[in-house]
Amino acid sequence: MTHRLLLPALVLCLGAEAQAQTGGAPARPTSQVIAITGGTVFPVSGPRIERGTVLIRDGRIVEVGASVAVPAGAQVINAAGKWVTPGLFNASTQLGLSEAGSPQFSGGYNDTRAKGTNGVAAAFKAWEGINPASTFIVPARQGGVTTVLVHPSGGLVSGQAAVINLTGDNVDSMLVRRGAGRGTAPVAMIASFSNDAAQAGARGELLGKLRDLLLDAKLYGQNRAAYDRNASRALAAPRADLEALQAVVDTTLPLAIEVNRASDIRAVLALTQRDRLPLKLIIVGAAEGWQVARELAAAKVSVMVGAMSNIPSSFEALGTRQENAALLRAAGVSVVLIGNGPGDSENFNVMNIRQEAGNAVAYGMSWDDALRAITLSPAEAFGLADKVGSLRAGREANVVIWDGDPFEFSTRAEQVFIRGVKQGGKSRQDELTERYKP
Amino acid sequence: MRSAILAVTALALCTQAGAAVSPLLAQAPAAKPATDTAKKATVAPPGAGALSVPNADPFPSTYAARPTRATVIRNVSIFTAAGPMIRNGAVLLRDGKIVAVGATVDAPAGAVVIDGTGKYVTPGLIDTHSHLGVYPAPGTAAHSDGNEATAPVTAHVWAEHSVWPQDPQFPRDLMGGVTTLQVLPGSANLIGGRSVVLKVVPSRSVQGMKFPGAKYGLKMACGENPKRVYAQRGPSTRMGNVAGYRAAWIQAEQYRRKWDKWLVDKQGEAPSRDLGMETLAEVLRGNILVHNHCYQADEMMQMIDIAREFGYQIRSFHHGVEAYKVADVLAKEGISGSLWADWGGFKMEALDGVRANIGLVHVAGARAIVHSDDPSGSQRLNQEAAKALAAAREAGLRISDEDAITWITRNPAWALGLDDRIGTIEPGKNADVVLWSGNPLSVYTRAEKVWIDGAVYFDRADATQRWRTDFELGYVPANDGRIR
Repeated sequence: MTHRLLLPALVLCLGAEAQAQTGGAPARPTSQVIAITGGTVFPVSGPRIERGTVLIRDGRIVEVGASVAVPAGAQVINAAGKWVTPGLFNASTQLGLSEAGSPQFSGGYNDTRAKGTNGVAAAFKAWEGINPASTFIVPARQGGVTTVLVHPSGGLVSGQAAVINLTGDNVDSMLVRRGAGRGTAPVAMIASFSNDAAQAGARGELLGKLRDLLLDAKLYGQNRAAYDRNASRALAAPRADLEALQAVVDTTLPLAIEVNRASDIRAVLALTQRDRLPLKLIIVGAAEGWQVARELAAAKVSVMVGAMSNIPSSFEALGTRQENAALLRAAGVSVVLIGNGPGDSENFNVMNIRQEAGNAVAYGMSWDDALRAITLSPAEAFGLADKVGSLRAGREANVVIWDGDPFEFSTRAEQVFIRGVKQGGKSRQDELTERYKP
Repeated sequence: MRSAILAVTALALCTQAGAAVSPLLAQAPAAKPATDTAKKATVAPPGAGALSVPNADPFPSTYAARPTRATVIRNVSIFTAAGPMIRNGAVLLRDGKIVAVGATVDAPAGAVVIDGTGKYVTPGLIDTHSHLGVYPAPGTAAHSDGNEATAPVTAHVWAEHSVWPQDPQFPRDLMGGVTTLQVLPGSANLIGGRSVVLKVVPSRSVQGMKFPGAKYGLKMACGENPKRVYAQRGPSTRMGNVAGYRAAWIQAEQYRRKWDKWLVDKQGEAPSRDLGMETLAEVLRGNILVHNHCYQADEMMQMIDIAREFGYQIRSFHHGVEAYKVADVLAKEGISGSLWADWGGFKMEALDGVRANIGLVHVAGARAIVHSDDPSGSQRLNQEAAKALAAAREAGLRISDEDAITWITRNPAWALGLDDRIGTIEPGKNADVVLWSGNPLSVYTRAEKVWIDGAVYFDRADATQRWRTDFELGYVPANDGRIR
């Protein structure tokens, strides 16, 4: 794969970062300083800066502003006339988990779904199966996406999602963690409000299963000793899944649940209120979210929605409309834009997240909110705002220099930096195109 | 994953077809038979049935154009799809036709005059690959009517008989500036049946949407889908696929000869009718256009040889993710490419999809078309064209904005055999016109007004006139587009 060419630079960068994390290690003599100067800078965490400078040292952003002193010896990149943004964050992908369609027929791989137990696969760490050599990664990065959430699918509880930066050949080093040490890779537990997925016959049964599962996870957490003595009643899931759900019931890990009908969204919100099950909820899909926008805002849940859907494609999504994202935002909801346009938005077309943002603007969202919805808002929703999603001191230096408005089709991501390393390399598509180009 | 892929999963839902056919519904052509053979034939009286005549039209269009008012759009940028963009120009629509276009036009007394300052005009957009109505929304098994996946050759089925005119996807397509659609059977079968060309207009019946005088299309499919669907009974291989096409055409050629002879000499009893063979014979007579789902370059080359063997033309390869590899051949053979801007990688035969595909086909001199095969993509053909244009330029190809507009207007009109009526802004063409809020190649632009045959069918500013299907009443909240 062509992006192996990048490895030497990456190794340097990660080496520096590892030192920074362990603390106390002296700065390397090879310490790399990059100054991106003269462009219109969109930090997202603050107002735009005309002719601003983004200063990067050893893979991190150290300073952003209109009057940043560029240290001697810094590599200066002139971005005059360009737009400088954080790397885009696509919060709904399956990059590295699936390629070439059905494994049975095409021989490709599909590592998105665990078998689980009765529709529950909470222990499934989907990211462990990521293939960093996926041919979909380079095109996504070329399109300005530096960071993606990789989620499992299927079942009532699909498993755990993680966030990766799109560079490198080792999943461990690609992960953007919620802190240091063990257990910091998962950023959300993924679930789906679907009778079929939950192996339930009716909505009431589905809600009961979800409630029982979460209550049993609590019970298990409070009675591990009894469980180990075999002195516990039967619980709703195997031990590994109950363990994995501890972070959900203690509200350190968000439960991101795909749910579309307005009344179903209310039922999920009621789990935390009426059933006194504290949860950090993220609502995914939310086709009819605009109908319950005020409740979502009051509950302070993030909502992940597309901006290119207006088709009542199922009886759960009859209220689907393109103004959904804007209406939710107007009600005060933190909106994360995800792909639901034509084509394969989770693999081949991960870079089309900027098209979603443009469509959100066309249907009523402010431009600044739309940029936020594909950078800082997902970072906040998944507890990673101190790492990615904005151009702010201390953040990983994921930066894109565009030759125009990033949402416009005619605009190119001219330079893409991940953890301060300029990305390059040809995609498989590039090689095919060059072979047949006149 | 969407319709191309969903269409395949939907196959499992298809039940055994009702075998009954109704030969009595056949009707002789009203007039103007298109072949010499037919001209010589003595045509049976209407309603007599049982005659396999060329151009028979048993389900005639009942589309009636709405009353129109002469309309002038002025101070507007016009992508005519027939030449360079006219900046600050004007266009006159009258009696359903485009009457004049240029820097200025004479506005007749009483004409509606629209100021298009800052706005753009294009021809109505045309999608050569749609399953609206046959895979309607909401997606249900009860309405999954796009693939008659009961035999590898089902030339006897007609997509129009599956079209549900109350599919809420139709009005949404209109809001995207789409005025003409080809609705095709799915790709489960080697020969899937007849397509139908529709105007995107409200109607109680599919007949009321049918584009008057449009030729039918024939859906054929290469590659993975047929061999997977029929793995148990065959074909289960690509060589089985090819043998299947050839066997069908051998039979069709025999059928055509027998009928064309009888239509001339009327000797003895008329040969027995066969609905499938009738359709294939019409392809061989040149009256039905072939639309061939085919991903791989090598398979397209084989399909071209099969067409040559039996003496028919392929009008358009659909999907063609590898069309760029044989773009010169498509140009030489006069075959258009109905292609996606950015679909690939989702199955083995789609692995070599590249975003420069449409641009590469265009610069080779073949007719490039942005198609959708997807109810979401169909609403945004302009955005899809813009993506394909950007990818082509990124690959170093020199293509103008005007060229990209032909991918969603003039070229698909040709693929449907309607380029003499729609697809450009030129005097004499049907007044199928879209007024855009800005450059249609911008992500921020929306269709503001859509005219079909000179009548306004969509006006974003007037929510009271918004087309809502019967299905939507009481199920789908009315949407005036406001953010509040």
